[in-house]
Amino acid sequence: MDISFTLNGRETAVDVPPATLLVELLRERLGLTGTHVGCDTSQCGACVVHVDGRSVKSCTMLAVSADGCAVTTVEGLSPDGRTLHPMQQAFRDCHGLQCGFCTPGMMMSATDFAASHPAPTEAEVRHWLEGNICRCTGYQNIVKSVIAGAAAMHQGTEA
Amino acid sequence: MRDFAYHKPATIEAAAGLLATIEDARVLAGGMTLLPTMKQRLAAPEALVDLAALPLSGIAEADGVVTIGATARHADVAASPILARVLPGVAALAGGIGDPQVRHRGTIGGSVANNDPAADYPAALLALGAEVVTDRRAIVADDFFVGLFETALAPGEIVTAIRFPAVRRAAYAKFRSPASRYALAGVFVAALPAGVRVAVTGAGPSVFRLPAMEAALDKSFTPEAARAVAIDPAGLNSDIHADAAYRAHLVGVMAGRAVAAAIAFS
Repeated sequence: MDISFTLNGRETAVDVPPATLLVELLRERLGLTGTHVGCDTSQCGACVVHVDGRSVKSCTMLAVSADGCAVTTVEGLSPDGRTLHPMQQAFRDCHGLQCGFCTPGMMMSATDFAASHPAPTEAEVRHWLEGNICRCTGYQNIVKSVIAGAAAMHQGTEA
Repeated sequence: MRDFAYHKPATIEAAAGLLATIEDARVLAGGMTLLPTMKQRLAAPEALVDLAALPLSGIAEADGVVTIGATARHADVAASPILARVLPGVAALAGGIGDPQVRHRGTIGGSVANNDPAADYPAALLALGAEVVTDRRAIVADDFFVGLFETALAPGEIVTAIRFPAVRRAAYAKFRSPASRYALAGVFVAALPAGVRVAVTGAGPSVFRLPAMEAALDKSFTPEAARAVAIDPAGLNSDIHADAAYRAHLVGVMAGRAVAAAIAFS
């Protein structure tokens, strides 16, 4: 099936079998391996990407469902591919990762959340991150990173 | 996942036509249950009929009736200003389904049509006496939920909307499995003009009402009255997560919390 969508700001057209998952298209066809497959059962959140601005699990969405949509992956977070996005910088500054496997999904989930929560509480962050599992950190520094990243994303703008 | 043909019809009629002519076609809404099931090869339909292009996602209220389109996503139900005003218990329920990413894709129609024994929405529909609207008819909730993953839907019948009465004194409380986050027991309590209705999900093979508790809450709509009702564990689910006696206990506790929440809403 021919589909076209905007991927990290670029028009993309591909021919995919209907049974292709969005994450398979991203990783295996388009080479964007920043989006990870952790559990492949919609639980861990390592595969979270944005579709039309909303965070979704790309292991549980058909690629054909992205037809006509705007998809953003972790590769598209940085504005120029070199400077870190404020949320990426916050994860780095706050040591929000250990092995890093869950980090792309964490950041995609967090940037969606932070867009509408400039000054979230710890409880709000923990509630939001229910769909993102980390097996290393115990979440302490991830929560810290999301709070710092949200503040940085909204720096200079009135909340 | 086995390969399948993919259709994205632009009208209900076209969708119904595809479902009528293709053997073993399945409706795709948010895909939060169907896609994992297909990935595990527990389902391998020949074709999927995606409802995404149909204009079925609206939420509206008129004359005390709230209509939620079948493809309204959980996140949209949770954030609806209309529901916050006239049916806050359903908005709160939607905001507690799965996790944010599941709520961004999953739909009310999909949840209702699937009738998972631990799904949240069936409890709301049954307690509120909602109607399931399809491309053919309207089915009252009492007749709709038949059994384990079983509904009154005929083959190829498409859920198009759910109609709820606008009731502020109605709320849901659930106890989640710490691992799967599904309800081990979830209770929706609704104080309708004709009397209180109580529906339980997660605890049995399918959603069910609790007449004894409804009678008790008709006399006294308080958390204490809800908790005082003895729940019979006979027929409730027993598994490694919770045995029937524990689930029976949880039903009473969740009912008490739901009553407290309903009072807070009203």
